[in-house]
Amino acid sequence: MLKIDNLHVKLESEDKQILKGLSLEVPAGQVHAIMGPNGSGKSTLSYVLSGRDGYEVTEGSATLNGESLLDMEPEERAAAGLFLAFQYPVEIPGVGNMTFLRTAVNAQRKARGQEELSSGDFLKLVRAKAADLHISPDMLKRPVNVGFSGGEKKRNEILQMAMLEPRMCIMDETDSGLDVDAMRLVSDGVNALRSPDRSFLVITHYQRLLNHIQPDVVHIMANGRILKTGGPELALQVEEEGYGDLLAEAG
Amino acid sequence: MADTAVKAKDQTPTIEGARHPANVLDARLAALSLPQGGFSAAARRDALARLQDMGLPGPRDEYWRYTDPRPFNAPAPAALAVPDTQETPLFDGLDKLTLVFVDGVFDEAASDDLALEGVEIATLAQADAAESWAADLYGVLEAAGQKPVKRPFATLNTAAAHDGLLIRVTATPAKPVHVIHRRASDSADAVWHHVIRVEEGAELTLLETGMSGARSNGVIEVDLAPGARFHHVASKRAADAKVGIGHIFARVAARAQFKSFTLSVNGTTMRNEAVIDIAGDDAVAHIAAAVLGDGGKAPFHQDDTVFITHGAERCESRQVFKKVLKNGATGVFQGKILVKPGAQKTDGYQISQALLLDERSQFLAKPELEIYADDVKCSHGSTTGAIDEEALFYLRSRGVPRERAIVFLVLSFLADALAEVEDEGIRDCIYERLDLWLTLNAVQ
Repeated sequence: MLKIDNLHVKLESEDKQILKGLSLEVPAGQVHAIMGPNGSGKSTLSYVLSGRDGYEVTEGSATLNGESLLDMEPEERAAAGLFLAFQYPVEIPGVGNMTFLRTAVNAQRKARGQEELSSGDFLKLVRAKAADLHISPDMLKRPVNVGFSGGEKKRNEILQMAMLEPRMCIMDETDSGLDVDAMRLVSDGVNALRSPDRSFLVITHYQRLLNHIQPDVVHIMANGRILKTGGPELALQVEEEGYGDLLAEAG
Repeated sequence: MADTAVKAKDQTPTIEGARHPANVLDARLAALSLPQGGFSAAARRDALARLQDMGLPGPRDEYWRYTDPRPFNAPAPAALAVPDTQETPLFDGLDKLTLVFVDGVFDEAASDDLALEGVEIATLAQADAAESWAADLYGVLEAAGQKPVKRPFATLNTAAAHDGLLIRVTATPAKPVHVIHRRASDSADAVWHHVIRVEEGAELTLLETGMSGARSNGVIEVDLAPGARFHHVASKRAADAKVGIGHIFARVAARAQFKSFTLSVNGTTMRNEAVIDIAGDDAVAHIAAAVLGDGGKAPFHQDDTVFITHGAERCESRQVFKKVLKNGATGVFQGKILVKPGAQKTDGYQISQALLLDERSQFLAKPELEIYADDVKCSHGSTTGAIDEEALFYLRSRGVPRERAIVFLVLSFLADALAEVEDEGIRDCIYERLDLWLTLNAVQ
């Protein structure tokens, strides 16, 4: 599904290398977690994959089902099946959540040569999916993320994910700012989306989220590279011992 | 968004700038046919005398520092082709009384009957042969609005207007009055003048769409009795080379509410002035505008100049101006709040903001507060900013194409101004049309 090979990325505005030869592969149907200390480049990886400005790829490649992501515009990557759940979802006053979501769904369908959803079909679909995530009809009507609590914003991200049905979901610290109940709701939403042809890359600081969204593979990232890859037990080891030993082990 | 530099604060104001020699005014007047007037005859003569006295503005006038008055001073407008096709009129789906003006002249055949329960409607051209209640107001609010700032083109309008509407509202009609302006001639110098009086406790919604003439000069005088309510929603989409000036003069009595919103799109030199006199206690006056300016095909220069006087206690005023500018467009905002001695508990608010879609466009803002009462709350702010890259990326990452994402962000920027339109049905019409225009213009 997602294949990243020897990726080197620097900031466009300054001579600062952030990713230094990162490689990893997420096969279809799997959930991979990336853990790592602050400043290891985790968020940069999510931004580079989804096409945010401000980064320069100096070496390496990233492909989604064999298609090179790095040459595409952000909206093309979305239509190709990539989704980034933001750590800080953006508030857009004056634009209705529903209007935005319907535009996004139909733009992607159009880009893939599918027929656009009628407003009736869209409404039915969004209401059902919103109910699963305990998102009230009032939240759907409000402007995008405006006046939403931290938990509501993250649930809104998962709603977008559920509506857009991406093949590759990247979740950037989705657990940050969530209380226990909100984390369960968000995790349930994600787990409901797990399927043999959909993959997840879950970026997190803490093992806690991985109790709810159980990963197949855990990568430890530091200093712009994957240091170690293992099973779910690796996350437990980090939780107990911190990153110190792992970093020392890797030199 | 960073705070914009508030210009012109560092320069010595010239209240009486150098005026053009009298022959510029003579040439301007000679090109007009001045109606003698019936009930308005005295007001017209008075206006002419006042105009001779004040002259036409020159570039050094304080209130014309940012906008070149020459397109308005010229004896005749530059020719402007009439577009072949007219788009579907705005507010078509609403139940309303429709009144059509062609180049500033009432078109009876194209209009509904002048019959609406609770409202007396006459046209200036017809009513001017006889006496009218409007004699107490025609040119009166305009004349009162000349202090402390002179507005010669409004005075010229009082002297020269051939037609317009005289609307007296005694109850609350079941539907709004919609004035549609159309163009028929590529050289018309349209001068129209409405007088509106809303009696105690009555309410009127006035919708205005379209533009008249190759050059237009419109004046609306609005007199609100105690407890009266007036909603004005205008949409002006101009041809690229259009020159136009409009004035609205309002007198707001106790507990009355004045609310005006204008959507202004394109045009080479467009200026809207609002002069609002809040004269009675507990009154409310809101004025808002959303402006889209594209300097791509023709130079774009749009100016909103507002003067609100608080002369009574516990009154609220609100100014919300939002301008989206691209391809070297210029937006101007001059907004003043004057709080007179004794106008205690005044709540005055003013915000002017520009969204610049490129580095060649500019926004010139001159907010002013002048306060002579000690127990008031007044605030003003002005900002200039660019598209929020973070929000743009967020929208695109969901699959929304860049152009559409920018339309969303422009609508988002304008939302506070649109929110000033109280009626949801009317607001939705404006929003949809704005969305359509933005999409067609494909803001890059």
